[in-house]
Amino acid sequence: MRFGNGRRRLTAVDGVDLDLPEAATLGIVGESGSGKSTLARALVGLVPIASGDVFLDGDRLPTARDGRVVDRRRRIQMIFQDPFASLNPRMTVGEAIGEALTVRGGAGRGVRGAEVARHLDLVHLDPQLAERMPSGLSGGQRQRVAIARALAARPEVLIADEITSSLDVSVQSAVLNLMRELSRELGISTIFVSHNLATVRYLSDRIAVMYLGRVVEVGRTDPVVSAPQHPYTRALLYAVPSLGGSVPADLELGDPPDPHAPPPGCHFHPRCPVGPRTRPDRQVCIERDPREGAEDRPHCAYCHFASSDAVHQAEERVHVARDR
Amino acid sequence: MNQRGLSRILQALRTPVGIVASAGLLLVIVLAIAAPFIWSGDASRIDILHTSQGASHAHWLGTDALGRDIFYRVLVATRLSVFLAVLAAAIGAAVGIPIGAVPAIVGGPVGRLVTGFINLAVAFPALLVAIFVASIIGVGAHGAVIGIAVAIAPYYARLSQTLSSSVAGSEYLAAARMLGVKRVRLLTRHVLPNIAEPLLITSTISIGDALLSLAGLSFLGLGVQPPQYDWGRMLNEGLNRIYVNPEVALGPAVAITLGALTFALFGEVLAKAAGAGGARRWLRGELAEADAASVRAGVGSTEPAGRAGAGLAGAGATDLVLAVENLTVSFPGGAVPVRDVSLRIEPGEIVGIVGESGSGKTLTAMAIADLLPAAAHLSASRLCLFGEDPRALSTSQRRRLLGRSLAVVYQDPMSALNPALRVGRQVGEVAEVHQGSSKREALGSAVDRLRAVHIGSPESRARQYPHEFSGGMRQRAVIAMGLMAEPKLIVADEPTTALDVTVQQQILRLLRDVSVSRSAAAILISHDVAVVSQLCSRVVVMYAGRVVEELDVGTLVDGPAHPYTAALVAAVPTMASDRERPLASIPGRAPTPFDDLPGCPFAPRCPRASDLCRAQMPPLEQRSPTHRAACWHPMPAGADIVEEVAV
Repeated sequence: MRFGNGRRRLTAVDGVDLDLPEAATLGIVGESGSGKSTLARALVGLVPIASGDVFLDGDRLPTARDGRVVDRRRRIQMIFQDPFASLNPRMTVGEAIGEALTVRGGAGRGVRGAEVARHLDLVHLDPQLAERMPSGLSGGQRQRVAIARALAARPEVLIADEITSSLDVSVQSAVLNLMRELSRELGISTIFVSHNLATVRYLSDRIAVMYLGRVVEVGRTDPVVSAPQHPYTRALLYAVPSLGGSVPADLELGDPPDPHAPPPGCHFHPRCPVGPRTRPDRQVCIERDPREGAEDRPHCAYCHFASSDAVHQAEERVHVARDR
Repeated sequence: MNQRGLSRILQALRTPVGIVASAGLLLVIVLAIAAPFIWSGDASRIDILHTSQGASHAHWLGTDALGRDIFYRVLVATRLSVFLAVLAAAIGAAVGIPIGAVPAIVGGPVGRLVTGFINLAVAFPALLVAIFVASIIGVGAHGAVIGIAVAIAPYYARLSQTLSSSVAGSEYLAAARMLGVKRVRLLTRHVLPNIAEPLLITSTISIGDALLSLAGLSFLGLGVQPPQYDWGRMLNEGLNRIYVNPEVALGPAVAITLGALTFALFGEVLAKAAGAGGARRWLRGELAEADAASVRAGVGSTEPAGRAGAGLAGAGATDLVLAVENLTVSFPGGAVPVRDVSLRIEPGEIVGIVGESGSGKTLTAMAIADLLPAAAHLSASRLCLFGEDPRALSTSQRRRLLGRSLAVVYQDPMSALNPALRVGRQVGEVAEVHQGSSKREALGSAVDRLRAVHIGSPESRARQYPHEFSGGMRQRAVIAMGLMAEPKLIVADEPTTALDVTVQQQILRLLRDVSVSRSAAAILISHDVAVVSQLCSRVVVMYAGRVVEELDVGTLVDGPAHPYTAALVAAVPTMASDRERPLASIPGRAPTPFDDLPGCPFAPRCPRASDLCRAQMPPLEQRSPTHRAACWHPMPAGADIVEEVAV
């Protein structure tokens, strides 16, 4: 699957090109305002696209007149962040999953009960829960029902938008384990969106780092995490709390930018620890958009100094990786 | 309607208003059904000898132009009046509600067209529309009913549109759309069931309105025609004699009023039942369980108290910033979210409280800060804050003690600051209230503190409003507010949970610097063990309202003793987690504040639990000078919980 999105009035997603290989998990990580959720919603047609295309298995998905992507065969499904809002409070679990089966077709009334039970089993829930209303379930259980419902539609691509952020810690790991298991056993391609770098790293084969609507770095997980090319990625890694570590020294990043008025050139330069703020000779960061020439750099990094800085970061890598 | 809804309604009916409303409704229904059978004859008996008479012993409300008894006619007319009102409301609802729900499903230009049409229809005065339609269709009951229905349908449509637009924005509707559910089914299965409750209530109230309107139409001569009669018709007939025999018109008038009021009142009762759900549900519990729980809690608390007191080493009582023993917070209805918590904090110490939702960590801190909700009941065998027992102080003394020496940082920076006041003013308020500073002095101190928390250009920032600050800056402003006096204790309740990870580190660093520079102790509450371990020297782990372990960070990293702590640490993915192995997870659910199990609260989910664990509560035992754990089978140092807990 491949997508490239374009500009909007407030450029929430700015010229993103991403590839999702089959049966792999792509993690999209970024902070608030990075555009990652907007990107996820645009892929399922909840948010209109100003320009760009989405290709699924080589087929271009058409866009309706209002700019929303139309996925007629429902091959892309999404799981939302809030488990309390994503299930109809007036439908039982069985009805919700059954609805997905009915739409997909091929499940007559007799078979449906068994299919619902099978899907509940797939997400490690007791099939007897099919009779219950969502208000009687915990957050982790509801999230699993949402996953089962998405799976019932037999999607080719599953998008998980911050699905563990609203859950308790002990429950998060169960849902993460489930996602990992499903992607490996069922071979579904997954896009996992989160602000939590450790979670994204755990689940993903490839990672894309987003900042202010742009993908500033993308590549396979291990190289991106162990040898980050973009200063923002490095800053994110540096900021991940580690058990028993000390509070890291101040990177003096300053305040997050206003998405309505992104800085010229490289969007990150006002906060970049190795940019024109600390190194006045690096004026190119303000003058030229690092998007040019990004394909030639390692990890398609949006940074003029990607490969050269990476060499100098060798010593810092010990601190950046932050292994126990 | 499910079980809980039914019980809510029954409870609402038990109030004085509810009793009156249901009695009235019952009367109306009984009369509507039975009156014609019983009194039809009396109501239609013509007595030419006694026409147009006033109230008398034989005829309580007098007679009409044909000598018929008005009192009986009023009773018998109940059926027609109520039936027509219900019919009009029903037709209006059946037409208006689906139309109003259309924009939520269809969207685009068609949806906008429908919305515009509804707005237009609502703009017309309802009664005029009713009269207009009734006149066109022709005099008679059917004309009146259709007229009223057409007049009130736009109001139903408007309400339905508002309600369904909130459903339209919901995620479950988006999910259903993504699944490919057809539009009709979206309407019937997703939108309508979720807007049914408020609409039902409105319908009940609008029956009362329809009753009034129908009476009005009949009164004007457009509605019910003779030989049929309803209350409005009777009012029409009786009005001519109102100066002579007012009771003739009074009868029907009172009937109309009471009828309409009954429906309106009953609708209000339903509305109250619907609204009573959320907040009270949390506090309500079965009475029997609550009694049993309080007895057990009372018995169980004596033993650990002795142990905890004996086990704690350290500074003399008056040196401690905080000393709490056997703190218990309970709510009426049987919820005990904090059970038997003991805590000691030395000056300058940073202590972390870790737990998941429902562990009681926030309420513990709020209890210390005297910020519990009014319904909460606090009990502690010892509560010593800054060397004094706040419970023994008067309200003003307590406020002064806490206002000067305690600073609190909350989770949500968006709501921690008053959006209507400038930041400088809010931050400086502490000085004005507790230190008697003038406004100018307070503002000056506020600017000073804003600078101390690294907010750039503090003078101009102080004049701004909170919405001009970013989330991280607001948190810093809240910390600055806490620094206005000289705090001896800073309580930070999940201060970074709502912030981005890069900002998170800045805030944590600020808290540490503030604590160090002012020798202030701090309590950091979080569900994130890693965050807590970075900042704090000592960590308290809470589960189901109790302290299950207290340890320093080194022990936390090397090998906690309590299986819950170990599982909590193992369950969180870190940058070093093995991607080939599943994460540790904890099956089952944590107990609620209403549950009170005899043994260890973690036993149902613990891989090491034995019968002893389930039967008896383990005391908080000292394992080393800096380590306490409440467990019958603590983990040996260095054990790998993943082996035991993994899915």
